[in-house]
Amino acid sequence: MTFLHRHKWLTPYLLLLPGIAWLAVFFLVPLGFLGYQSLQSGSFESGYSFTWEFSNYWDAISTYNEQLIRSFLYAGIATVIALLVAYPLVYWIAFRGGRWKNLFLILIVAPLFVTYLVRTLAWLNILADEGPIVNTLKTLGILGSDGRLLATGFAVVAGITYNFLPFMALPLYVSLEQIDSRLLEAAEDLYASKRQAFLRVTLPLSAPGIVAGTLLTFIPAAGDFINAQLLGTPRQSMVGNVIQSKFLELIDYPAAASLSFILMALILAALLVYARAVGTERLTG
Amino acid sequence: MRWVRKHLLTGYAILAFGYLMLPVAVVILFSFNAPAGRFNYVWEGFTLDNWIHWDAVPGIRDAVVKSLEVGIVSTIAATALGTVLALAIVRHRFRGRGFVNVLVFLPMSTPEIVLGASLLTMFLQAQVVTGFVTIFIAHVMFIVSYVVVTVKARLIDFDRHLEEAAMDLGAGEWTTFRLITLPLLAPAILSAALLGFALSIDDFVITYFVSGPTQTFPLFVWGAARVSVPPQVNVVASAIFLVAILVMIGNVLWGLRARRARETMPHAVPLPEQLHQPEAA
Repeated sequence: MTFLHRHKWLTPYLLLLPGIAWLAVFFLVPLGFLGYQSLQSGSFESGYSFTWEFSNYWDAISTYNEQLIRSFLYAGIATVIALLVAYPLVYWIAFRGGRWKNLFLILIVAPLFVTYLVRTLAWLNILADEGPIVNTLKTLGILGSDGRLLATGFAVVAGITYNFLPFMALPLYVSLEQIDSRLLEAAEDLYASKRQAFLRVTLPLSAPGIVAGTLLTFIPAAGDFINAQLLGTPRQSMVGNVIQSKFLELIDYPAAASLSFILMALILAALLVYARAVGTERLTG
Repeated sequence: MRWVRKHLLTGYAILAFGYLMLPVAVVILFSFNAPAGRFNYVWEGFTLDNWIHWDAVPGIRDAVVKSLEVGIVSTIAATALGTVLALAIVRHRFRGRGFVNVLVFLPMSTPEIVLGASLLTMFLQAQVVTGFVTIFIAHVMFIVSYVVVTVKARLIDFDRHLEEAAMDLGAGEWTTFRLITLPLLAPAILSAALLGFALSIDDFVITYFVSGPTQTFPLFVWGAARVSVPPQVNVVASAIFLVAILVMIGNVLWGLRARRARETMPHAVPLPEQLHQPEAA
């Protein structure tokens, strides 16, 4: 204690040490290993050696561009649908929820407490070939008599949308809930119509929530492989499926590692484009 | 017209809640199903057998126990590390603050598959045998950031006058921390721990990479999904869900009661701001 009293400046570093060390050793260092692995050549049988094998990256892109594009397409569609579904719902809770707001919020996060895999499997029951939804769509003539929803891109996107919807809804709720209702009254006093007040006051003020929700939905969605695996077929496989099978089934580590880095780089690039579009201060603040 | 629009939104909210609850209802409903064959996809009839004999399926009990063990130890470790980190970040000035903030933020914005893949790569190259310990390491790593975010939010609104008052009354730094800071932070630390436990018990992707032969409940479900998912899986998932919801509702009611108690006794603990301006009330 006396040592600490004499060296007070040390306190923050001692407090930081355990947590930062854990993150450095088990997050940063592994990323380094992954980068190292991605530039190796060889095979599992003959062993790998580090050869600055940049061709791993080009091979991965040219072989799996279809899965890469599909990942970003599915994640993008799911993010947009989640935003459109969540916004009015969260708006209703924030402005009409009254004293039950917190209980309505529990309903929104409730799906997260059903084990991820199990709630994805529940969509197998719901979208099943002879299930109520497929049968209704067939009666309405929207689906052909041998049409199905499972094993299609629709099922995979539906699963992703559902699974990540709470991550969209929560930050949206936080930003809508913080809006000072006096601002809306002021807009009304100044003869703004409901529509104008929404478009010029509510919507801009909820922008931080839209940005945060979009990121929290898009990033995990782009790396997901569970929905494609359980609700789709290899024709719907995403880059996550390729990484997973290369790592754990085919034991082709350099290809899997370079694909992981490509996925991260593409997500980062998407973030930067997005940041330019909405303004960086909204992204970090 | 305005009436219609108002109720249109309420109608939409009801539909949207229905959509959110549908799979949850399906999971719970099918935990009571008595499937004729191996597949639990079609409703055959009501039974309580699955709940009574929830561990009749080989391996499921061990997997659930393993999940609970991993969840408890990694939540304790991550909550301790994260709380201390948050204290350092909010309370102290130090060099490298930007680096620390980025390092805490990055794991949350990296796809899980990359986290799992990179950890496995390191363990393979360092010839670490994967199993319980590596799952623990991975879970602590990805939970810490969430703990920091949760505790930090509370620390920023923290009323430091209370600590100053304690010190003015002669309490030392450690006594102040133990008697004032920690109890006031307790709700935030508790919610961080609950969030961490929920994340740990639900994690599949990262665990899948670093588990070795160890099987947690989500890994058990994954294995079962390749053949056929027994209704007992629904039973365990429903039980986890019900416990989590009860804890959350209890938390909300507790918050309501605490707020009401504060509102009915506003002068029980005069806050420093109120002491300065008694006429404001």
